[in-house]
Amino acid sequence: MFQFIVRRLLQLIPVLLGVTILVFSLMHLTPGNPAHIIAGESAPADTIKQIEERLGLNDPIPVQYFNFLKDAIMLDFGNSWRTSLEVSEELWPKFWVTFELAVYSTIFSIFIGLIAGIISAVRQYSFSDVSIMLVALFGLSMPNFWLGLMLMQWFAINLGWVPATGWGTPQQVVLPVITLGTMGAAVVARMTRSSMLDVISQDYIRTARAKGLKESIVIYRHALKNALIPVVTVVGLQFGSLLAGAVLTESVFAINGMGKLVIDRILARDFPVVQAAVLVIAVVFVFVNLLVDISYKFLNKRIDLD
Amino acid sequence: MSEEIILDINNLRTSFFDDDGEIKAVDGVSFKLPKGKTLGVVGESGSGKSITALSILRLIDSKGKIVDGSINFKGKDLTKLSTKQIQHIRGNEISMIFQEPMTSLNPVYTIGQQIRETLKVHEGIGKEKGNKRAVELLQLVGIPSPEARLKQYPHELSGGMRQRVMIAMALACKPDLLIADEPTTALDVTIQAQILELINDLQDNLGMSVIMITHDLGVVAETCDYVAVMYGGKVVEYQDVISLFKNPRHPYTVGLLNSIPRHDIDVEDLEPIRGSVPSPKNMPKGCHFAPRCPFATDLCNAEMPSLDHLGDDSDVRCWIYSDRWDGDPEVNVVDQKTTS
Amino acid sequence: MLTKKQLLEVDHLKQYFPIKGGFLGRTVNHVKAVDDISFQIFEGETLSVVGESGCGKSTTGRAILRLDEPTDGTIEFDGVDLLSLSKRKMRKKRKDLQVIFQDPFASLNPRQTVKKILTEAMAIQNVVPKHQREARAVELLETVGMNAEQLDRYPHEFSGGQRQRIGIARALSVDPKLIICDEAVSALDVSIQAQVLNLLKKLQRQFNLTYLFIAHDLGVVRHISDRIIVMYLGKVVEIADKKSLFDNPQHPYTKALLSAIPTPDPEHKKERIILKGDVPSPIDPPSGCRFHTRCPFATDLCKQEEPQLRNLSMMKEGHQAACHHIEKIYAGQPPNEQSQENEPTLT
Repeated sequence: MFQFIVRRLLQLIPVLLGVTILVFSLMHLTPGNPAHIIAGESAPADTIKQIEERLGLNDPIPVQYFNFLKDAIMLDFGNSWRTSLEVSEELWPKFWVTFELAVYSTIFSIFIGLIAGIISAVRQYSFSDVSIMLVALFGLSMPNFWLGLMLMQWFAINLGWVPATGWGTPQQVVLPVITLGTMGAAVVARMTRSSMLDVISQDYIRTARAKGLKESIVIYRHALKNALIPVVTVVGLQFGSLLAGAVLTESVFAINGMGKLVIDRILARDFPVVQAAVLVIAVVFVFVNLLVDISYKFLNKRIDLD
Repeated sequence: MSEEIILDINNLRTSFFDDDGEIKAVDGVSFKLPKGKTLGVVGESGSGKSITALSILRLIDSKGKIVDGSINFKGKDLTKLSTKQIQHIRGNEISMIFQEPMTSLNPVYTIGQQIRETLKVHEGIGKEKGNKRAVELLQLVGIPSPEARLKQYPHELSGGMRQRVMIAMALACKPDLLIADEPTTALDVTIQAQILELINDLQDNLGMSVIMITHDLGVVAETCDYVAVMYGGKVVEYQDVISLFKNPRHPYTVGLLNSIPRHDIDVEDLEPIRGSVPSPKNMPKGCHFAPRCPFATDLCNAEMPSLDHLGDDSDVRCWIYSDRWDGDPEVNVVDQKTTS
Repeated sequence: MLTKKQLLEVDHLKQYFPIKGGFLGRTVNHVKAVDDISFQIFEGETLSVVGESGCGKSTTGRAILRLDEPTDGTIEFDGVDLLSLSKRKMRKKRKDLQVIFQDPFASLNPRQTVKKILTEAMAIQNVVPKHQREARAVELLETVGMNAEQLDRYPHEFSGGQRQRIGIARALSVDPKLIICDEAVSALDVSIQAQVLNLLKKLQRQFNLTYLFIAHDLGVVRHISDRIIVMYLGKVVEIADKKSLFDNPQHPYTKALLSAIPTPDPEHKKERIILKGDVPSPIDPPSGCRFHTRCPFATDLCKQEEPQLRNLSMMKEGHQAACHHIEKIYAGQPPNEQSQENEPTLT
């Protein structure tokens, strides 16, 4: 197991290098001179030169990449071109907000999705199955900004149970998490249902029943563990897209997170911040997938990951 | 028969319901199993033999239902028991093993965990004692180095070994009755010989009764004391094994015997049964076998005969043996048998 | 038959499948599915290949059809070296080399009617002029015991036995010289299996067909074969005409295989040799004689040296077995060095 994790970590190195190359080229593929962006279009040539010198823009491209990579490993992304603050200083607080939002939403998706999926599968074609699948279809097809607005209208404005905007207190967390997690919950529910239905028809489930086990043990001990394998993949992919896709939810609920930051800075062509954000998201995504792979090993003894 | 009867199935009917209506998979099956004996239930695909076996432990999936009949086991009617009561019988008093050893064990649990589970649920035995018992059981079914096997997962074992594990699990609580549903069909012939020998030995040593579901008359001849031949959801003949092979009464049984390509004797041309096996969705109106039967008359095509007890301890479902027979009065079914 | 004409000759055929693994997906080992086998098939005969799963019998059939490219050896069919043919020429050659598979449902296109299935085969090989194809399809259906009304139906409308008949009709549609039947009757119920076996025999007489019959059921094999090859772990262990193989088997594996089959006769109790253990993996087969790990008579010689196929005085012409101890076993004095775990159970 330890060996497996070490090997997987080593395999991540080329992936992460690839990501850094892409992120680095972002700056060089976009038109315009960075020095102009920083100093403004009408800045004197001297100033531009100075800035170019300071940023190392005159060095050969490989040298620039190497310096970028060296700094990135030390979590040093330079200074923002707009605010002149250190990028990490600007990014981290907002990253944590978005990370929290994504984690809570994923937990919400798993919890609701699993329960709904299991009920649906165990009572296939029953009233509860049909209703759950209808709701799930609805959850999948609803744009989440619209869902967010509706939830806000009802629970924050009409009923006044929770605040409409912001992030931090438990009350503020509820609506954004539901908004962002609903689609995931729907995906997980549908996945769990089809995976459970598949597992329930397997021979070893009949064996478990023939042993005299209670139905609840048959379902939760024998079926669920096997059914989780495809569900885990979906959850892993979901988490990555939640991290990157929280922008709309953050805008609706005026949450000061990374999504909002990235949008603002893209418009302002503040590349160091954008680069750092993209890199961080990519790294998290890659590590979540590693976790998914490791959990396979625990769930499915047949997969020989070595 | 003066022996003690351990299982008495009477007019069992199991149907499946879907959008097209009712499919009568088991349509009035009756047979008795004397204690300590082996009963073979033999038939081709769609005969209802496996559904009969699953019905005994009430393991039919949600679309199927036992609609009529009784299954008497040690004085209890299994069809009338509550879910809790039948769960207490499963794996404890009646065990079952299945056709596909490759898929019948849960891939995510070790052999030890799966055997201990049965011991825990029925006898409340904990992990340590459970492991000891599991090792004994694996030894009993002839698995080498049982301690090491406890920690292995099913995919690490061969098909034959997995079927042995299934048998060990089935024997964990010393059942009175073992139902083996095509236990060797998926195995190679040398492994089949091992498993059949194992079942026979265990039966002798433990005094179990066995129901052997199979399509292979060779397996029946080698392992069974009594045989019920099934066709189209019904038992068409029931005899002791020697009489069945020597003196088959039902035209279907004779046809089946004539169809087997023998490895032990030369048969110039097989005498197959004409036509094809009917689907349970579309059963002939009268005797289910009539369209394929060389003796069929108008009566056979119009009306289903009942399973009648003949003088010599055989039960046959065929008009030929009734007073109402409207065909050749001299007809002798056994004469049609081509092999000795 | 005075002079038997040889139709197919397989010489030193090897079929290894690479196993990928390791960090970069290198080939780390091989499954030696078929490991140096040779045999001939004569025109008009049925040669059966029997053995348990993993013995290489189906792989042999696939290699002859070049569904897999063999690792080594030659396959000469009707005077032509099949392995040297280009893909295009091989496709043409398949007219003479047809195959019937175990699962008739999987090998018939579900979206084609029977007519389409049959005429398409004729069109690909261009054996029948276009305007005659439909008439030929009807004729074929009748040959296999079906009728013209079934021409416009789809495979799912037929039972397993009827589908296998359609598969046979398709194979016949191009007038092949050799038909490879790969477990062609294994999936059928016994009453239907008998019908199909009788049909295959009838067609053989009618069209002077040659069959390579791959099966695991020795009853079926006895019924249909002229000669039989027994395989174990990629090797031929015994080859003989039907009568010799069943009445006078020489290899301990053949004997065990024959004795293991349940006989449908409850009054006939025979001596049974029950082999211990499982078939070893073909990835790392045992040294020497591959059967030595399960053989009740194995000696040190068997572990070290691979036995060759031999014909001895008590065997008929053409009967060969690959065992070091045929003479001793035949004389009733088998070598007695075997380890305890290989001891057979006699019941």
